[in-house]
Amino acid sequence: MPELIAKSALGGLPPLRLAATELAEIDLGQITSIAPFPAAEKQVNAALKPLGLTFPAPNGQSAKGDARLIWTGREQAFLIGAAAPDGLADHAALTDQTDGWAALSLTGPAAVDALARLIPLDLRETAFPVGRVTRAALGHMSMILSRIAADSFQIMVFRSMARTAWHEIGDALDHLAARASLR
Amino acid sequence: MRIDGKGLIDRSQPLRFTFEGKEYGGFKGDTLASALLANGVKLVGRSFKYHRPRGVLTAGSEEPNAMVEVLEGNQQTPNTRATVQEIYDGLTARSQNRFPSLAFDLLGVNDLFAPFLSAGFYYKTFMWPRAFWERVYEPLIRRAAGLGSLSRQHDEAAYEKAYAFCDLLVIGSGPAGLMAALTAARAGADVILADEDARFGGRLLSDGGRVGGQPALDWVDATLGELRALPNVRLMSRTTVTGVYDDGTYSALERVGLHVAPRPDLPRECFWRIVAKRSVLAAGALERPLAFSDNDRPGIMLASALRSYLNRYGVVPGERITLIANNDCARDTARQLMAAGARVVAILDTRDNASAVEDCPVYLGARITGTAGRMGLKSITLTHKGGTAVIETDCLAMSGGWNPTVHMTCHLNGRPVWRDDIAAFVPADNAVPGMIPAGAVMGRFSTKAALADGHRAAVEALSALGLTAPVAELPSAEDAPYAIEAFWQTPDVDGRQWLDFANDVTTKDVKLAAQENFRSVEHMKRYTTQGMAPDQGKNSNVAALAVLADVTGRAIPETGTTTFRPPFVPTSIAAMGAGGRGAGFAPQRFLTSDQASRDRNAPMIEAGLWYRPSYFPKPGEKTWKESCDREVAMVRNAVGVADVSTLGKIDIQGRDAARFLDLVYTNTFSTLPIGRVRYGLMLREDGLVLDDGTTARLGENHYLMTTTTAAAGLVMRHLDFVHQAFCADWDVRFISVTEGWAQFAVAGPRARALLATMLDRAPDLPFMGVTDVRLGGVTARLFRISFSGEEGYEIAVPTRYGEALFRDLLARAETLGGGPYGMEALNVLRIEKGFITHAEIHGRTTAYDIGMEKMVSAKKDCIGKAAAARPGMIGPERQQLVGLKAAGPITAGAHLFREGDRVHRETDQGYVTSVCWSQTLNTWLGLGFLENGRARHGERIRLVDHLRKIDVVCEVTDPVFFDKEGAKLRA
Repeated sequence: MPELIAKSALGGLPPLRLAATELAEIDLGQITSIAPFPAAEKQVNAALKPLGLTFPAPNGQSAKGDARLIWTGREQAFLIGAAAPDGLADHAALTDQTDGWAALSLTGPAAVDALARLIPLDLRETAFPVGRVTRAALGHMSMILSRIAADSFQIMVFRSMARTAWHEIGDALDHLAARASLR
Repeated sequence: MRIDGKGLIDRSQPLRFTFEGKEYGGFKGDTLASALLANGVKLVGRSFKYHRPRGVLTAGSEEPNAMVEVLEGNQQTPNTRATVQEIYDGLTARSQNRFPSLAFDLLGVNDLFAPFLSAGFYYKTFMWPRAFWERVYEPLIRRAAGLGSLSRQHDEAAYEKAYAFCDLLVIGSGPAGLMAALTAARAGADVILADEDARFGGRLLSDGGRVGGQPALDWVDATLGELRALPNVRLMSRTTVTGVYDDGTYSALERVGLHVAPRPDLPRECFWRIVAKRSVLAAGALERPLAFSDNDRPGIMLASALRSYLNRYGVVPGERITLIANNDCARDTARQLMAAGARVVAILDTRDNASAVEDCPVYLGARITGTAGRMGLKSITLTHKGGTAVIETDCLAMSGGWNPTVHMTCHLNGRPVWRDDIAAFVPADNAVPGMIPAGAVMGRFSTKAALADGHRAAVEALSALGLTAPVAELPSAEDAPYAIEAFWQTPDVDGRQWLDFANDVTTKDVKLAAQENFRSVEHMKRYTTQGMAPDQGKNSNVAALAVLADVTGRAIPETGTTTFRPPFVPTSIAAMGAGGRGAGFAPQRFLTSDQASRDRNAPMIEAGLWYRPSYFPKPGEKTWKESCDREVAMVRNAVGVADVSTLGKIDIQGRDAARFLDLVYTNTFSTLPIGRVRYGLMLREDGLVLDDGTTARLGENHYLMTTTTAAAGLVMRHLDFVHQAFCADWDVRFISVTEGWAQFAVAGPRARALLATMLDRAPDLPFMGVTDVRLGGVTARLFRISFSGEEGYEIAVPTRYGEALFRDLLARAETLGGGPYGMEALNVLRIEKGFITHAEIHGRTTAYDIGMEKMVSAKKDCIGKAAAARPGMIGPERQQLVGLKAAGPITAGAHLFREGDRVHRETDQGYVTSVCWSQTLNTWLGLGFLENGRARHGERIRLVDHLRKIDVVCEVTDPVFFDKEGAKLRA
């Protein structure tokens, strides 16, 4: 059996640049859901030690080097950019999530304004600082949103909805670019 | 007429626009109203009911008369207020509610019938015959009375909705608003300053005057300069805050692109939801018209509007100007006009004891008894302390005092409070939590008072935010007393005195309402339609209730106000629903096989949010049924491939995973061996069937649950609920992996042969088994399950390989005489086999009804078990799942009756849920529910579908039509 060809959610769509802001599909590498079993927090943190990570508080993340552990829900976090360390599976349910998500990065001066057209969240840096993670509605979809820098966000949506997410964020950027042309 | 050197328009940018087919010139900064007045155009519209000629009344968003249609390609925007619409090169507008033309309107004849068209006219006149209302009267009335019209095309323009957050929202940018914003911004608060005008400054732009020892405009510019430079300030112009909602949420409508020629992608409007910890309402006040006979002629406008047109736009809309007022405002207007070189012929003061010293004649105790000039004011007649007079005048400015813009303080049910000294309503204390009214809204009308009050409001807001206002001296400004004497209507004169210009309601209508016992202000409003036009009574509410108070012998506070509701200005549905048109209505979910299916011309159908292939037409096939029949035969005789990735997949782990499944499923999963799959049935708490599906055991403490496509989210939610509500301490964790796997059904007698070509060897998997297999370097999961009744497998790979695997499977299937099959064939295959879907488990059926009561384990408890045992949930009176066979076409949704019975709801025996033509069995098949159906196999039953006119006799059978013993799927 020859090798199957792998394809990303948006299949190599080139980045969209509008209003000095870029929307791009990104490859997060391996994503593993970590759901600690009851009262296993200590053991989970011990197992995570080799990665230099700790299990994050709600809406938080733990990061070291390329590895990030982002909070994604009640008793659940996604490990991104590293394989699950040995021994973790004894204390937490580990589930591969690599193929379930489409990841987008939105970076540039219009990033906050574009998101403000899609999600009902206070994205001022005082309320949503760098490193903050949340699950929120992106239009009518569910997403995982994290702030990478003041003007940069990472957006994860269900893989099957990637095209709609791309389209809706693209529309918001289109409108912002047209607004900018008024000035 | 433009006055040289006056106005804030940009005379270096002349613009051309069209009104009523005629081209005019204006300047950047003009509104349509100011540009038309500058061109001497006084007649701009026809009134709602009587089709009276009307001109511009105001200079703001409260305009009741000057409403036009703006035309832009497909767009035809009705009820656009000419006083709000800015002009741009190429703007095309036309008047509305006139036929054949604005100057000659046939329905102007309505005005002659005015005595018959009084309040309540429709209720009295069009009651009989009853059937005429919908067919004759209503269309006629709608044609005659009415506002603008729509293009009847889809609105394909761009709209936005957006969210904003701040510490302090300042509504309005007059002296109070600017002062509040400046004070809060300097203290470091995140401030949003919103104003509905294109320019900030509020009445300072229109009234002239000085602030802080400099011209008011310079002070506005300096203040704005400072605000713009601060990073914590957001200025939102052309943005009307339209409503107040719970917890400091405000709605606002921004006119983004309505002031320029349409451009692709430029939103017309943006609907904002602003969340603010505190807000300052500095929305100012609206001037009241005065009621006198024929006070609605073109050329009659508000005194404040006249000042706006003079100072803001450099326009004087008349050659012989007269003013009438019950307060001092008119005096200043007259002086400014005269200083600008305009001719003021008289000032009429309704007060007896006001000053008569001006540079023009002043009539005290004045009452206008009539006006003349149908298409534009020509003269007025009046009585005054010294006698009577006739004055030739083409522009009459009126001021009946000011109504504070209390609307938004009432959006959370607050009722405004009457103040006799200013003859107006002001906001009740703490009417909206967190919102502080300031300035003219509080009845503090002088510039000095407004500045001080804006500062006071900001300090109050800052202290609530935990911030301190820096010490600052307030700029000096005029502080003239208001000096009003209420004047609500002109007594003892003939003729109609308009209150509500937009809906043609006069003082007589209000009196008639009271006379006919509609004495409550809410009843009067509905009987006369006062306040129900696009201006929502902004120009008429207070005057109307004052007249009502007078006729009913009550005081104004006792009479009360009607209810102010959002939105404050007309708001397009397109803005509120921005992004939701067409495909924006819901997300689209695409399978990895999507492109491959479309390449084969498969029509895609929506299944939930998913797009799935309906069938795969081959050359020569003319109908879906031909393709479907071929695909069914293909699966029965060779091999078919279908994408089943849409099924919900939930990964369940933990030492209590088995226990958890035993709780949520009716049957037992703790006994399922590793490497095996079991069909499971899930009940809701009320005992009715929630979902069915298969669950595989991948390890001792590891299961993979499959749900139906339709209930994937529902089941996930149910599991979360059960876990959190009933067994939060159990050692179980689960997460959706639906999106992580692309899964394909391979079904048919040659399915195993197909898989053998891909895998190292032919799969040696028992029916209901699961195993990992290798596809090149990829680990895949292979299930032996069947939804078709054939030997069937489902093979799952990580989603990124889905498209490659699907195309590969199709090529192999086609080589073996098979191919892809779509949803239509899938449905036929499962009906032939008697497999249920959510057509059968539709939320009203029990396990007993579908013949699965034996699957509810007697050895253990499960969610819904107790409720399923309630009286009436089991027994012969239940409608039970049966098969139906018919010679001719039958339909889902049809009902079942005994032969010979009258077809009637009382004799209804059941209904049909799924039907198909079975090529395999050469008959029409159906699944349905029939009273005591399992005991009635072999009976004949009458099937009636009133909608599709079908009435046939069917045979009642077992629901499994094909391969009842399951020999094929176990092969």
